[in-house]
Amino acid sequence: MSPIHIIGIASQIRRAWAITKKDIRIYYLKGPVLIFGIIMPLFLFLAFFMGSRQIPLSFLIAGLVGMTLFFTATAVSPAIFPWEGSAKTLERLASTPITVEAMIFGDMMASALFSIGITFITVIIGIVLGLSLLHGFILLSVIVIGAWCFAAIGMLFAAMPTNTPSNIMMISNLVKFPLVFISGIFIPLEQMPPWGQMLAWFSPLTYIVDIVRYSFTNTNFFPIIIDFIVLILFTIAGTGLSMYLHKRLMPGRL
Amino acid sequence: MTEVIRADYLTKKFGKNTVVDHVSFEVSEGEIFGFLGQNGAGKTTTTRMLTGVLPSNSGTATILGYDIMKSPVHAKQRFGVVPETSNAYIDLSAQQNMFLMGELYDLPKSKILQRTEELLTLVGLIERKDQKVQAYSKGMKQRLILAMSLIHEPELLFLDEPTSGLDVQSTHMILSLLRDLNRNGMTIFLTTHNMEEANQLCNRVGIIRAGKMIAIDAPEKLKSAIDREHRIEVSFAKDVPSIEPGDLPGIIRAEKTGDKWQIIVSDKDAAIRSIVAYSGEQNTVIVTLNTLAPTLDEAFIRLTREEER
Repeated sequence: MSPIHIIGIASQIRRAWAITKKDIRIYYLKGPVLIFGIIMPLFLFLAFFMGSRQIPLSFLIAGLVGMTLFFTATAVSPAIFPWEGSAKTLERLASTPITVEAMIFGDMMASALFSIGITFITVIIGIVLGLSLLHGFILLSVIVIGAWCFAAIGMLFAAMPTNTPSNIMMISNLVKFPLVFISGIFIPLEQMPPWGQMLAWFSPLTYIVDIVRYSFTNTNFFPIIIDFIVLILFTIAGTGLSMYLHKRLMPGRL
Repeated sequence: MTEVIRADYLTKKFGKNTVVDHVSFEVSEGEIFGFLGQNGAGKTTTTRMLTGVLPSNSGTATILGYDIMKSPVHAKQRFGVVPETSNAYIDLSAQQNMFLMGELYDLPKSKILQRTEELLTLVGLIERKDQKVQAYSKGMKQRLILAMSLIHEPELLFLDEPTSGLDVQSTHMILSLLRDLNRNGMTIFLTTHNMEEANQLCNRVGIIRAGKMIAIDAPEKLKSAIDREHRIEVSFAKDVPSIEPGDLPGIIRAEKTGDKWQIIVSDKDAAIRSIVAYSGEQNTVIVTLNTLAPTLDEAFIRLTREEER
């Protein structure tokens, strides 16, 4: 890679950071968004905690962390492009010297940072409830990679060339909720039927929950290294596919 | 003169519908080029292709020496765009919008600060720089968008209907700012419905109809080219006998309205000479004599109608 290319990439990363700051200001630092980010997984968690008292808290906390990562990283990002498309601010961005890839990178960065911030709150709740964190660095790594992975998935939802946010949110919820139930959050993977376990392989949430559970309880279903490799592959594929689709489909949105 | 914009056979289709059909033209450095057309004629689509917002189906657009499809980042770094719809972020303040634009053009922070102060002062928004854009009037938003498009000191500025629906004060401010920018060397590509605006500002205008470029010329040349017949309005100090075609050379027909004669002529120079001679023959004097050129409005309507036929 030539120095000119490196300068070009560095310059696009700076522009992406401008998008990140803009997104955080406009979309994430809003009371309702922050509250939704915490309340939604907390209530799902409480529903299962109250309903099935035989499942220990140490098991459920992994699911809570996974769900928080998942719901916060995909809460706003699918709707940013449709919002900006209808407000015509996307056209403003498209006429400036930022590449579509850098725009997506910036949006994903905002989504991932928001997700990481909120997820730390749930981790602190777990620790306050008496759980001991056994593998802090592994937990930190999975939170960072997981947030990025779900941010990429959130941007994938946004690739649909419509400027009606409700359409995208409906589709994204149709995918998100089933994913929660096949990822070993409420039912341990060991207790799932073979077809359920097979479905779980296709959910990145499965691997995140497995790593978080390992961080708190030292127990895991898959080898941790496999969890990380699969998660990184999901992240790379999601990021690449998201950038490719947005680049192809963005003109239809303008 | 250096070509700043060059469109070669630009074509855009939406489904089976050809919205822009092999449009070719060029704009030279330092020029104000007006791009005129009815609603749906293809003005905004052409502008979007020129600014790299939409890809073309065929043809090329070269902006400041860069193919906009192949080197969009390099080209966009050197031009500014004021799109058709107000599109500043309404949840941000004017200053935050300016900062966002400065960062998207990768300017250093000190430069962004300096340009923000200068430009917001220039467009009369410095006092309200910390207020959210949500509370701005349409005119204020449009002035902010103009300031945002100038943050990186572009050599070329694209404007799509910049004064549409604005109050007189904002319109006047924007037009006078455009004149100043052009005087300082900036090339301006102006899409507009407003013929008077184009007539006053533009060195040349291009007229697009149903996706095809139907005329490109200086406004005055365009106006005179469409009218092979000219009108002369003349009034004499005393009544004169009716003027019939053939009475005077170069006159096609004449009719009296009030105290004036409206004379349609084929040859303006010959007709004026004969009218002057006629007044001498009739032993009277000419009180007023005006040659009435067609307006750009008339030229536009005539050209677009001719193409429709």
